[in-house]
Amino acid sequence: MQSLQKIKSRFIPLRIENVDTDQIIPARFLKATTKEGFGKNLFRDWRYENDDETKPKADFVLNQKQFSGEILVAAKNFGCGSSREHAAWSIQDYGFKVVVSSFFADIFKNNALNNGVLPVTVSDAFLQAIFAEGADATLSIDLEKQIITIDSTGASESFEINAYKKTCMLNGYDDIDYLLSMKEEIEQFELNHNK
Amino acid sequence: MGKTIFDKIWDKHVVKIIEGGPSVLYIDKHLIHEVTSPQAFSGIEKRGAKLFRPKQIVATADHNVPTINQHLPISDQLSKFQVDTLIENCKKHGVELYGLGHPNQGIVHVIGPELGITQPGMTIVCGDSHTSTHGAFGSIAFGIGTSEVEMVFASQCVMQTKPKVMRINIEGSLQNGVVSKDIILYIIAKISASGATGYFVEYAGSAIRALSMEARMTICNMSIEMGARGGIIAPDETTYAYMKGRPFAPQGENWNKKLTDWKELYSDADAKFDFEININASDIDPMITYGTNPGMGLSVTGKVPTMDSISDPTEKQNFEKALAYMGLEAGQSLLGMPVQNVFIGSCTNSRIEDFRLVANIIKGKQKNPSVKTLIVPGSQAVAKQIKAEGLDKVFTEAGIEIRQAGCSACLGMNEDKIPAGEYCISTSNRNFEGRQGAGARTMLVSPLTAAAALLTGKITDIRTMLN
Repeated sequence: MQSLQKIKSRFIPLRIENVDTDQIIPARFLKATTKEGFGKNLFRDWRYENDDETKPKADFVLNQKQFSGEILVAAKNFGCGSSREHAAWSIQDYGFKVVVSSFFADIFKNNALNNGVLPVTVSDAFLQAIFAEGADATLSIDLEKQIITIDSTGASESFEINAYKKTCMLNGYDDIDYLLSMKEEIEQFELNHNK
Repeated sequence: MGKTIFDKIWDKHVVKIIEGGPSVLYIDKHLIHEVTSPQAFSGIEKRGAKLFRPKQIVATADHNVPTINQHLPISDQLSKFQVDTLIENCKKHGVELYGLGHPNQGIVHVIGPELGITQPGMTIVCGDSHTSTHGAFGSIAFGIGTSEVEMVFASQCVMQTKPKVMRINIEGSLQNGVVSKDIILYIIAKISASGATGYFVEYAGSAIRALSMEARMTICNMSIEMGARGGIIAPDETTYAYMKGRPFAPQGENWNKKLTDWKELYSDADAKFDFEININASDIDPMITYGTNPGMGLSVTGKVPTMDSISDPTEKQNFEKALAYMGLEAGQSLLGMPVQNVFIGSCTNSRIEDFRLVANIIKGKQKNPSVKTLIVPGSQAVAKQIKAEGLDKVFTEAGIEIRQAGCSACLGMNEDKIPAGEYCISTSNRNFEGRQGAGARTMLVSPLTAAAALLTGKITDIRTMLN
């Protein structure tokens, strides 16, 4: 897993609530058996008319040239619905390292963290302050300090992340290495559990 | 202080609590399918690790399989490759597979309970958000991502932060024509598509106790649609009667021993919940969704909300977007609207009881000629039972074809899709944009309301068709 400590970047504002993982990556793209290449189909049906890559929808933010960056900012309840990790893979593959929202669905949040994409939960007011910024504005995120800042105004807010996951993100560790190292403890647990 | 049923089961499965972090939670049963497992198998192989407890894993092919001509090779090459990959992975790693053609094949959340794999007190995971279904048996069951599938492969454990616990009490009797799907659609409409995020939900009360196992599964199944990590119902005599004699249920002396343990699985009278909601069963009408998330639901006789009922500008914009997608107007009534498609199936409503409910309404009548149908049993066993009870004849005489088991038009991964712009009255669990096919307009309902639409070709209040 890729590590992440600090990032300063422009952002893409997605002012849509309840973005479900079917929108992030529609089911017809889940036939793949590898994790690569999902980025080109990120938000596929919001991005293109009639599934046609030569017809980008002008009103969708990923198609608006003035917006760019490694941070996606979305309205509340981002990543709800299906547990498909393909949603996190497509966000990462497109080039995002951070997703900011006022509220994340549980499974998506885990999936993002397991793929080195940092979910940053901010207050409604802070989210509105980000949305109020222009296309050239940048956000700075310091994971060690757990602080997100709107660089133009200096407005900042602290965000929550559990200490274990923070260490994993900062160092690029993953849970599977940790669990593999626990093999004996798990076998010991099983002796009592299966009685 | 007393404990909730959730706490009792959770605490028995904690191998270790990581300071300032999640718990390492032991998993009793791991269910897998073709779509969310291949990257986990290749991940474990890349690490040079082996599956830790392959005997605690059961696999089936359901999401990406055709629902006609299952005896023929799958014609879509990508789908065929994905299903073949599952077969190969299961063979290589010693995992029991109920693939196409096997009598135990079916939707993963239908076959687990039906085979007696799902049992009270267990922890159960699957790379599918509707794993919450199994909570109907008094188990902690929840959906996981593919990285977590790989964790369970590697260690039979997942890392989870303990959720808060909510109890929803539903007391009293349901109106005639109202079934468990209406209960859960009512709850989600009340608390929104994110109202239970961060919680595990226990469903309790006399209305829940009165439900069959199939009906309880429908409720737990949709817990995720309000953001909950899972749903749970304490086991009782209804649970044990359903389970007894099923192929993987404990037998003989072992059954009695397990039964004693299961009878301890209830929330103590003085258990504290982080949140509680009380609902009168008699307040619930047949429900239908009008928007693009399962929280956008109302009574079938109700009216779509008006713009002035919403104050937040982002919410207003989202509401307008949803209505534009659905081709509906704020304030309009839905009753009598023509529908072009009816889908009966999915892990929410594809069990034998659902087919009995529908058959009872359509018996001796003809399907409305303007309605196209996708009627899909949840498993080979359900399909067999439909024939054994002669329900297939009721459908055939009504002019309706019954297909073969799979997830089908619930998620539109195979060929079973709803055309753009058309309405689909659906017994499934999600009405997201494009869920049943690009541009498809899904309205979630109970099997009874779907049966009414089969006959009338319109959105109909089933209560007007009952005595």
